[in-house]
Amino acid sequence: MRAFSYERASTIEAAAKAAAGTDGAKFIAGGTNLLDLMKLEVETPTHLIDVNRLGLDRIEPAPEGGLRVGALVRNTDLAADERIRRDYAVLARALLAGASGQLRNRATTAGNLLQRTRCPYFYDTNQPCNKRQPGSGCAALGGFSRQLAVVGVSDACIASHPSDMAVAMRALDAVVETVRPDGTTRSIPIADLHRLPGDTPHVEHVLERGELITAVVLPKPVGGKHIYRKVRDRASYAFALVSIAAVVLPNGTGRVAVGGVAPKPWRDEAAERELPNGAKAVTAKLLANARPTEQNAFKVALVERALSAVLAEARG
Amino acid sequence: MRFDTPATTNPIDQGKVVGQRIHRIDGPLKTTGRAVYAYEWHDPNTRYAYGYVVGSAIAKGRIGSMDVSAAKQAPGVIAVVTSDGIGELKKGKYNTAKLFGGTEIQHYHQAIAVVVAETFEEARAAAALVKVDYAEQKGVFDLAAAKDTAVTPKEGEPDSAAGDFDAAFETAAVKFDQSYTTPDQSHAMMEPHASIAAWNGDDLTVWTSSQMIDWWRTDLATTLGIDKEKVHIMSPFIGGGFGCKLFLRADAVLAALAAREAKRPVKVALPRPFLMNNTTHRPATIQRIRIGAERNGRITAIAHESWSGDLPGGGPEVAVQQTRLLYAGANRMTATRLATLDLPEGNAMRAPGEAPGMMALEIAIDEVAERLGLDPVEFRIVNDTQVDPENRERPFSHRNLVGCLRTGAERFGWQDRNKQPGTRREGNWLVGMGVASAFRNNLVLPSGARVRLDREGIVTVETDMTDIGTGSYTIIAQTAAEMLGVPVDKVAVSLGDSRFPVSSGSGGQFGGNCSTAGVYAACVKLREAVAQKLGFNSSDELTFAEGEVGAGDRRVPLAQAASDESLVVEDRIEFGDLDKTHQQSTFGAHFVEVGVDVATGETRIRRMLAVCGAGRILNPITARSQVIGAMTMGVGGALSEELVVDKERGFFVNHDLAAYEVPVHADIPHQEVIFLDETDPMSSPMKAKGIAELGLCGVAAAVANGIYNATGIRVREYPITLDKLINELPEVS
Repeated sequence: MRAFSYERASTIEAAAKAAAGTDGAKFIAGGTNLLDLMKLEVETPTHLIDVNRLGLDRIEPAPEGGLRVGALVRNTDLAADERIRRDYAVLARALLAGASGQLRNRATTAGNLLQRTRCPYFYDTNQPCNKRQPGSGCAALGGFSRQLAVVGVSDACIASHPSDMAVAMRALDAVVETVRPDGTTRSIPIADLHRLPGDTPHVEHVLERGELITAVVLPKPVGGKHIYRKVRDRASYAFALVSIAAVVLPNGTGRVAVGGVAPKPWRDEAAERELPNGAKAVTAKLLANARPTEQNAFKVALVERALSAVLAEARG
Repeated sequence: MRFDTPATTNPIDQGKVVGQRIHRIDGPLKTTGRAVYAYEWHDPNTRYAYGYVVGSAIAKGRIGSMDVSAAKQAPGVIAVVTSDGIGELKKGKYNTAKLFGGTEIQHYHQAIAVVVAETFEEARAAAALVKVDYAEQKGVFDLAAAKDTAVTPKEGEPDSAAGDFDAAFETAAVKFDQSYTTPDQSHAMMEPHASIAAWNGDDLTVWTSSQMIDWWRTDLATTLGIDKEKVHIMSPFIGGGFGCKLFLRADAVLAALAAREAKRPVKVALPRPFLMNNTTHRPATIQRIRIGAERNGRITAIAHESWSGDLPGGGPEVAVQQTRLLYAGANRMTATRLATLDLPEGNAMRAPGEAPGMMALEIAIDEVAERLGLDPVEFRIVNDTQVDPENRERPFSHRNLVGCLRTGAERFGWQDRNKQPGTRREGNWLVGMGVASAFRNNLVLPSGARVRLDREGIVTVETDMTDIGTGSYTIIAQTAAEMLGVPVDKVAVSLGDSRFPVSSGSGGQFGGNCSTAGVYAACVKLREAVAQKLGFNSSDELTFAEGEVGAGDRRVPLAQAASDESLVVEDRIEFGDLDKTHQQSTFGAHFVEVGVDVATGETRIRRMLAVCGAGRILNPITARSQVIGAMTMGVGGALSEELVVDKERGFFVNHDLAAYEVPVHADIPHQEVIFLDETDPMSSPMKAKGIAELGLCGVAAAVANGIYNATGIRVREYPITLDKLINELPEVS
């Protein structure tokens, strides 16, 4: 870990401004991912801006009828909130499928969205990794890729996004609210938050320098049956090989987002329209452009089979 | 005390303390955080410095040059010790890979420097500033590709044979020939390797985490080129080892060299990724098993061949070991072959040999039973043997494999197993049961102890035996208590200090039996000293009970023997040839019920049972704890544990506990352990044998057989992950 300076921001505006004005600055909230990466020098911020005391830790009704989840609401608190459990059960279930109790107590809503891939080569600074060190190459492509992405990938990077929470939020059409250093705010549909790697895999999201996530807005509840199915090698404390966040309405239509297969939560509204035709039809469209490696090709079949089980459960 | 005739009745047979369910005497220390582990030693009057290791970024080659100027100038840095700067060091007797010194790189994350600073954080930050130029060489990293280059190892017994396997196999009514693979595995114990070294003139004290105090002491002296008498090792508490702390490791060498350079005590812990690539691992194997049998189920021919790899000078994984002994069959052969690989050092991990060997053999047995149309429990029983099948003159000391299988089958409800694989469905789960024999040899090593009786009647035991979480403290206290007729709380036990008599140490499941036998020997001597002191005749039949020594009508408080000065005696147990004249092994049976998700292929354990026949159980609580831990490790081996080799770059990629998946609580819902009530008078005066590794051997195969029973899919490559199942699972759409 490299030495860094630290400040605790007292207002949202000051935090954004400080981040924009300091080279190498980063926000820190729960720190459950950032600190690990700093110890390994995968992340080397020169300055940390602690945003934990900005008061962004409330879950409030949104004017349009949904819920506004503060950026610093801890994963544990979000999963336990009665309104989340009742109206957005897929989100509560996704959260509880992630990490461990201790990590969820600490991890925040915004931090969870911005956590970085668990590709083992990204974590090992002796190995080439275009995401960590642009232009150094990708060791995962010809190496150990079982856990990594099959769709949305590029020749430069096949890293997968590790979040469970974000997959459920994608299915719920969540909107990310931010403040920019100049004080302006914007709303980013979660679909547009993360970027695909292309030839710049180190650029993972559309946030500008200093831009701070303040909340995630969940639109009005859509009803239906909420299912989060996480497939993994061990029963707990493991990242998803594949996960399915599904909201299925009584008429058989609904929404499906998939985790563990792409650099971001993977959802395709055209594929979703195939839901009444079953998992095979949905998967064929959803993963039509999949480019798996030999080691992770099983994920294509696994998505279809897991989705099939989810739809059967939804039919109940 | 020399143990060369079978044990007769002795004080241990009273069973007043030994064999009782006594909670760990060190439990309160551990649960309250007061047990001091290696890295935690702290003398408030000492200014410790902190060392951080730099590991090689390449798998094979040489260090061209190292630039430590930036590191040396970094804040807080006291010293930088480099491998090329220190030059070649002599290698310890038990090490294959060199731990430090010189410019040759043998494997990834080999230690090439240690940076010493005022704080851990400063040392870590400065370590990242060390610049190294390498001359990289091409290495061999793929066992399957190197298999044909494997040679017959020079040491051990790489080949064994009896009868004429080829002829018998050729003419067998049923012939079976299959290959299996087991992956590299990591010990993944909780406490990482850690040492604190402090020099006082030429005298070196190292607080470390070691299973084998005397091996470490000897090899550390050898590596540093100093007199063994100058080295003092302390390792009273150990947070798990599983074989990874049997042999001297880099943390101790680096701490010693760093402390000499820094002229201060230095703490060095190996970071978690170094566990996988800097230390040792269980080597991967490729195994071929051939079995010929008669239609009635009798095995007539059995062959087991195994291939593994290691660095030059290393040894093979002896995965065929159990096949020489477990089942009858007049015609048999085994062969062990070794390829040269440039991966980190392969070496002992819990039940080396049998653990991966049983993973393969016990699937093969399941497969042959099915071919014969026999129940796999019955097939094993039909082929039981009470003698060494390679040398029928040589009996087993005590063997009740049949009892383990029959007891287990009854208790587990084996008769309810679906006879037709893939036919039991509960909701989304395909449910199946699997069985495997458990087998692990019983090893005996000499073990010494010192015992002291003081005027308060307190008995103190000192031995360099270690407690790696196994319960050594407790069973040693029980042994002394039984021998001297005092309650356990009148016994103090001090372990893990090289100033104490050399013990067996902890490994190969020999520590429990051997170290208590050494304590027994010392206690026999103490009883004699007590008797003499109290004026009993040597012909008297003495009893030591309830704090008193008695003969006839005379009873004297034990403490009286030490009323003027403490009585101190020392002895050690040495074993004759009873393990040559008799085959000493431990036996068991594992039963597992699994569910396999019909859609995703995820396997989840539903319940497990182990039945063990392993001689006297010294403490049912700590023994059970050993077995359930081993069963858990077996589940990991069956379902998730694999050190993944990057065959291009030559290292284990998943080098942390997030990516190397050992089971978590949610994976282990229900375990039961039954110990058969038995003793083995050939093993030691304790009549006990090993238990800690037996609990692992066979578990993974029982899981694999359960998966087959659940799904009808036979996977022969561990770990059995869902990607190896889903293409053959039923359609779900």
